[in-house]
Amino acid sequence: MGHKSDLCIRIGGEGGEGIISSGDILAQAAAKAGLEVLTFKTFPAEIRGGYAMYQIRMSSEKILSEGDGFQVLVVFNKEALDNNINKLKAGNVLIWDGPEGGDINELPEVPEGVIVYNLPMSKLAKVDLGVYRSKNMVCMGALSELFNIPVDRLKEIINNRFGKKGQDIVDLNYKALQLGIDYVKENHQGISNPYNVVAQEQNKDVIIMSGNDAVGLGALMAGCNFFACYPITPATEIAYWVAKHLVKKGGTVVQTEDEISSIGAVVGASFAGAKAMTGTSGPGLSLMTEILGLGVMVEAPLVICDVQRGGPSTGLPTKHEQSDLFLACYGGHGDFPRIVLSAENVADCVDLTIHAFNLAEHYQTPVILLTDGSLGFRTETFEAPDINKVKVVNRKMYNPDTDGEFLRYKFTEDNISPTAIPGMEGCAHMQTGLEHNEKGSPNYGPVFHTKNTEKRFNKIANAEDFFESSHSDIEEGATVGVVTWGSTQGSVREAVQQAREAGVKVSAFYPKLVWPFPMKAFNEFLKTVDKILVPEVNYQGQLAEIIKTKEIGKEIIKYNIYGGLPFEPQEIAKKIKEVQ
Amino acid sequence: MATGIYAKGKEYKSEVPPTWCAGCGDYGLLNAFMNSLADQQINVNNTALISGIGCSSRFPFFIKAYGFHGVHGRALTIASGVKLANPELEVVAFGGDGDGFAIGGGHVPHMCRKNMDMTYIVMDNSIYGLTKGQMSPTTTPGMKTSTTPYGAPDNPINPLAFVLTYGATFVAQAFSGNPKQMRGLITQAMKHRGFSYINVISPCPTFNKQDTFDSYKEMFEDLPEDHDTSDKPGAIAKALDRTSGKLYSGVYYEDKETPTFLDRIAEQRKTAGAFDFQKILDIYRP
Ligand SMILES: Cc1ncc(C[n+]2csc(CCOP(=O)(O)OP(=O)(O)O)c2C)c(N)n1
Ligand code: SF4
Ligand SMILES: [Mg+2]
Repeated sequence: MGHKSDLCIRIGGEGGEGIISSGDILAQAAAKAGLEVLTFKTFPAEIRGGYAMYQIRMSSEKILSEGDGFQVLVVFNKEALDNNINKLKAGNVLIWDGPEGGDINELPEVPEGVIVYNLPMSKLAKVDLGVYRSKNMVCMGALSELFNIPVDRLKEIINNRFGKKGQDIVDLNYKALQLGIDYVKENHQGISNPYNVVAQEQNKDVIIMSGNDAVGLGALMAGCNFFACYPITPATEIAYWVAKHLVKKGGTVVQTEDEISSIGAVVGASFAGAKAMTGTSGPGLSLMTEILGLGVMVEAPLVICDVQRGGPSTGLPTKHEQSDLFLACYGGHGDFPRIVLSAENVADCVDLTIHAFNLAEHYQTPVILLTDGSLGFRTETFEAPDINKVKVVNRKMYNPDTDGEFLRYKFTEDNISPTAIPGMEGCAHMQTGLEHNEKGSPNYGPVFHTKNTEKRFNKIANAEDFFESSHSDIEEGATVGVVTWGSTQGSVREAVQQAREAGVKVSAFYPKLVWPFPMKAFNEFLKTVDKILVPEVNYQGQLAEIIKTKEIGKEIIKYNIYGGLPFEPQEIAKKIKEVQ
Repeated sequence: MATGIYAKGKEYKSEVPPTWCAGCGDYGLLNAFMNSLADQQINVNNTALISGIGCSSRFPFFIKAYGFHGVHGRALTIASGVKLANPELEVVAFGGDGDGFAIGGGHVPHMCRKNMDMTYIVMDNSIYGLTKGQMSPTTTPGMKTSTTPYGAPDNPINPLAFVLTYGATFVAQAFSGNPKQMRGLITQAMKHRGFSYINVISPCPTFNKQDTFDSYKEMFEDLPEDHDTSDKPGAIAKALDRTSGKLYSGVYYEDKETPTFLDRIAEQRKTAGAFDFQKILDIYRP
């Protein structure tokens, strides 16, 4: 891609100005041009108005995170300019809605070396085209001309998107594109910039999709056939996806009156034999914790995806935070374990949702998958998964020929009791949230509570062996090992690259399974480093605190931010250098 | 006879002895329910009985069918999941007045209006039995309970009017003192397509000394012969009628027309189109 292999364009404006759709179109065009794409969006929690931002990072190589800011800034209004002006650096490009017709009347002074392109998109749309809402398409046209984004690809996407609405709409959008192109040709011939999108051959079958959609896709591939939900930002898109697609495969999707009802229905569906799931965010998971414990008690396979947002309380519905780890690992009354996974990127959302179902079925226990708002919303290119290659695990069913008398909670060597579902002859039994004997009848004696508590913990103790539950990236001679979870792993991967390029030796540990923490792999990793650095987007250092309980005998350095945005890799790289 | 189907009511009884006090109204339902299962020739292998927490919620333990004893107030949520996951199953939810109308009161309206395909039977004793005698949502105002030593300050809800208002499509009331009538009502409710509700007045002689078998016997009367079960306002009026000092048992309301939840989603499924994995991926191919 020209002499820059990595280009990041940030578009800011008012929510509802077509920022999101133009970003989507641009991202798709880049993917069509064979590039890797990773987008990042923030938008206001309010329905109308407020600042929205869409950032598209494109590269000839795999993209690991949102990156370290942008090279190109496009501002649709004054607020977007004000929010970003102090992030502009020499060499960056600024494209602004002016000098006339929009609400930025005058461009304030920008740092030296910033390449500025005037683009009065409001005026071009309103006056020249007569349709103000086509402003974003005027901008797309200009961007394609400035950075060599293939306009044919843009047109193809527009045609696919708007074709259903009629040729008039398609033509209008084409016209708007052309206005932007012509404006640049007529006014900016003399101003060059170093950014140039170079299409490349893509020989993989690539898709571009969001983290939330990817969770839906993973669920479908894992054989999920029941999904219950209550709408909540930033998780609702999972429900949209499954509502549309699971149903085609015979699945059932139901919107319930609250999250308690969702998780209740999921437990019931699981009891009836379904592969059941719910998707929610922190406030919903809080409401679900009583029935989460029930799920563990009755040993129900089920999956909960928590797309984390800023908290506590209603908190920051559309902002980024990873602060539900304690809730996921420890939430609920009583003394019980559960399996917790956390996804790094969009492809991981597919894979880990599949693993979540398989773990749930194999161990007959609830599994919580943690993603987060920025991962849920961001789109990424990755290789299309193959449904025929997916390994699907089903719960161990009772077999009258080999298992003897049916006992739902039979004590077995691996602590997994063959189960039965309603409809099976001769296996009618009770499941209860009360402590019980092997049969499932209430029993509060010390023997059964002791044995069952151990059973519940022991059966998942080796979950780390069930799948590729972590990844160690060890550099010989490194003293610092970076450990983190969730989407921060992407920022760490990129930071590790940056640090190594700068000659700093560093290792990193990437757990996919966060509870029970993959201690076998982690202990091996720890042998290679003197201290660990744990960057997390939360105040308490929730993973660091969990690791502390493992008495690893190494220094644990917390690194926390909690402003509603993800880490920039350069921040972590700097910290690595500092603590090494 | 296939396994799991029994000739006599008694044969449906599990080996677990009921945990209820002698004289508890819930025995009346247990007997009537088992007899109704025999009348209907229900197969226990295809039956799931779901409950919450309370004395009454122990009910499923005492029947041979598949059963689920969950958490307080959430029986309906779990039962709906069971039914939706396997519509072939016969699903009946059980609970107490507190389980259903206090902690679980937020779920009842939605099961009613969804017309969820199942039966819900509440054993209403106007008290919290299991936790030893606190005020419940159907306790008579002024009644002294352990949490209201100077008298209950709340007005009671009316379970029948409640479910009628929210759209239950079969609503009946039965009395533990009349298991014969109850047996027939259970059969009708379970045969009904959609959400059917039976309010069983089921005295708790241990903790509710005011609402007893004897006092109820005085008050209970069959709904009049000319009661029109298709007239919802009429049914609500009968449910709310306290002027006569009477309580009515029988079928208050029955609506066979409104599609059930499963009917609706089966209809919608036809419009969803066939499953084609590659077509789904195509949406995301750039
Ligand atoms: C979340 C929760 N809160 C409170 C309780 C305690 N509790 C158990 S049963 C019950 C009330 C039972 O009354 P009801 O539902 O009328 O049933 P009954 O015992 O009268 O049949 C209460 C308050 C509980 N188990 N769970
Ligand atoms: S306390 Fe009341 S409701 Fe509970 S078993 Fe005894 S009589 Fe029945
Ligand atoms: Mg009660």
